[in-house]
Amino acid sequence: MWNYSEKVLELFYHPRNQGVIEDQGEPEYAVSRGEVGSIACGDALRLHLKIEIASDKIVDAKFQTFGCTSAIASSSALTEMVKGLTLDEALAITNRDIANYLGGLPEQKMHCSVMGQEALEKAIYNYRGIALPEHEEDEGSLVCTCFGVSGERLRKVIKENRLTTAEQVMSYVKAGGGCGSCLSVIDDILASCHFPAGMTNLQKINKIQTTLESLRPYLQADGGDVELFDVENDRVLVILKGACGSCASSLDTLKGLIEERLRQEVLASLTVEAV
Amino acid sequence: MTIYLDNNATTQVDERVLAAMLPYLTEFYGNPSSMHRFGGQVAKAVQTAREQLADLIGALPSEIIFTSCGTEGNNAAIRSALATFPDRKHIITTQVEHACVLNLCKTLEKQGYRVTYLSVDSRGMLDLMELEAALTGDTAVVSTMYANNETGVIFPVEQIGALVKSYGALFHVDAVQAVGKIPIHLQNSTIDFLTLSGHKFHAPKGVGALFVRRGVRFRPLLIGGHQERNRRGGTENVAGIVGLGQAALLAQQHLAQMQSVQALRDHLEASVLRTIPDTVVNGQGSPRLPNTTNIGFKYIEGEAILLLLDREGICASSGSACTSDSLEPSHVLRAMGLPYSVLHGSIRFSLSRYTTEAEVEQLLAVLPGIVAQLRALSPFNAADQGWIEERTQAVVPK
Ligand code: FES
Repeated sequence: MWNYSEKVLELFYHPRNQGVIEDQGEPEYAVSRGEVGSIACGDALRLHLKIEIASDKIVDAKFQTFGCTSAIASSSALTEMVKGLTLDEALAITNRDIANYLGGLPEQKMHCSVMGQEALEKAIYNYRGIALPEHEEDEGSLVCTCFGVSGERLRKVIKENRLTTAEQVMSYVKAGGGCGSCLSVIDDILASCHFPAGMTNLQKINKIQTTLESLRPYLQADGGDVELFDVENDRVLVILKGACGSCASSLDTLKGLIEERLRQEVLASLTVEAV
Repeated sequence: MTIYLDNNATTQVDERVLAAMLPYLTEFYGNPSSMHRFGGQVAKAVQTAREQLADLIGALPSEIIFTSCGTEGNNAAIRSALATFPDRKHIITTQVEHACVLNLCKTLEKQGYRVTYLSVDSRGMLDLMELEAALTGDTAVVSTMYANNETGVIFPVEQIGALVKSYGALFHVDAVQAVGKIPIHLQNSTIDFLTLSGHKFHAPKGVGALFVRRGVRFRPLLIGGHQERNRRGGTENVAGIVGLGQAALLAQQHLAQMQSVQALRDHLEASVLRTIPDTVVNGQGSPRLPNTTNIGFKYIEGEAILLLLDREGICASSGSACTSDSLEPSHVLRAMGLPYSVLHGSIRFSLSRYTTEAEVEQLLAVLPGIVAQLRALSPFNAADQGWIEERTQAVVPK
């Protein structure tokens, strides 16, 4: 069973804004839709936006989703997030914002947040009459035919989320998770997306160290503690002490708190392990 | 209250099994290999368990090797068969096997073996002509399931075995899901190796067995001491083995009772089909295990169904991707070529002799509401098929 946040479960059990928005023919409003995914992929979302033309604002949003718990929760969260925003403000929403609103998603489920962001973009572009490059139509430019993912889309998600491994790409857009025949192309794309030399190794380790320091008071309050042991590429090795070392939920602490925080503050590709 | 309808994943340990085991964790803790009387008593208990288990599957006690699990049995059998025929480089299995067979075969492919993965039809059944066409003098071993863990579909193992024998290859059967649920008689069978696992029929986890027909060569997977007549090294999991023996004894007594399990399963199936539209039973029309049903709820997704069932205290399992780490739907259902509208929303309910009518009624009371709730959220439905693309046929990875 997946480890879902309270917020994910709440929005799954009691989804807000499910359904369709019909165009009532009101002259001051427009209704726009964005559809992504397919029944073949196992995830699909149809997002409905009601837009006040004069103010360029989203006054209502509803969703129809086919998919798992986190797909339904992500869609519901998205509709909550966009209501009241101008279209430009809405376009600034990233899949990470959706995941954060939900109190995080298991990494393997990040594709649900990506789907939300893409449906939003589609709905707004539809309204504005901007043609989105329809890669899905053009089999030739698809990198992953199992999940209908184009190279352009891959690059966007890789950059926005600073992904570094094919496993992460799978979790975010599913590409590579089917027959696997596209994995080598994904590796090539990953290699070509090297991020601007953001941090030197030393800077990275320093940043990890200060982030861990900032977490220690919380752990100490529960009778625990954490210490940095080593950093090997993207693996952060820590020593859990006191209650953290022995308590049954130490793995939750490790993954849920420490890893999550380090990914936010330092680098999205970090993984934390206890030694 | 928990309603447990996931018995193909694992089962509750029968109280009588636990009672039989306990003394071997406390009082009789000797090592069965020891020379003294204290160990001797324990060796005797292991022997009794061997006889009980042999009885259940119509084998000789000397044909039983105790193992740790189904995975070990399957690995040991296939590797042993390959070692028996060093010159034969071909393996035949099916697309719907358990991961421990499929992944072993993939590893073996990297080591130079050629593997044929037989397909199944939409009812989950093998085509024996396809098997016959695949068999050659180079085939070392054919490994198929007795019954599928996801759909419960039972393969015609004796017919398969007859073909296999005519090519002089060895025949391995993964019977992990079948043992204890349907009668198995190995005495005059074509099966050379048969794998079983205790926790699927009310013994604890961590103990299983491999049947190796007398006269068939066996090369151990675990090389160690002289345990299991040099065929499986390592100190015996005595309590587990005693439990397995007891569970086998009970399974034999309860085999007749599987009819009532089947009646309950049939009732569940019929009620679901009657009360919930756009619903199909996967594998229907093929012989199936009496306790298993795999139902596809069109237009909705399995994990969401499972979570809502879980909130009602009902445990089932999904053929869908979301419960495992893979993103693709079940390889078994895909191999059957089911449409995507069914594939993602398939749920397996597996019963046991402990399942009560009241529990099934409770499921039937909540399931229609759950399905309706999720269908209301879904953009797909029977009326609005515009967006559903069924064009892509499921691809089965090699
Ligand atoms: S083409 Fe990408 S997984 Fe099959």
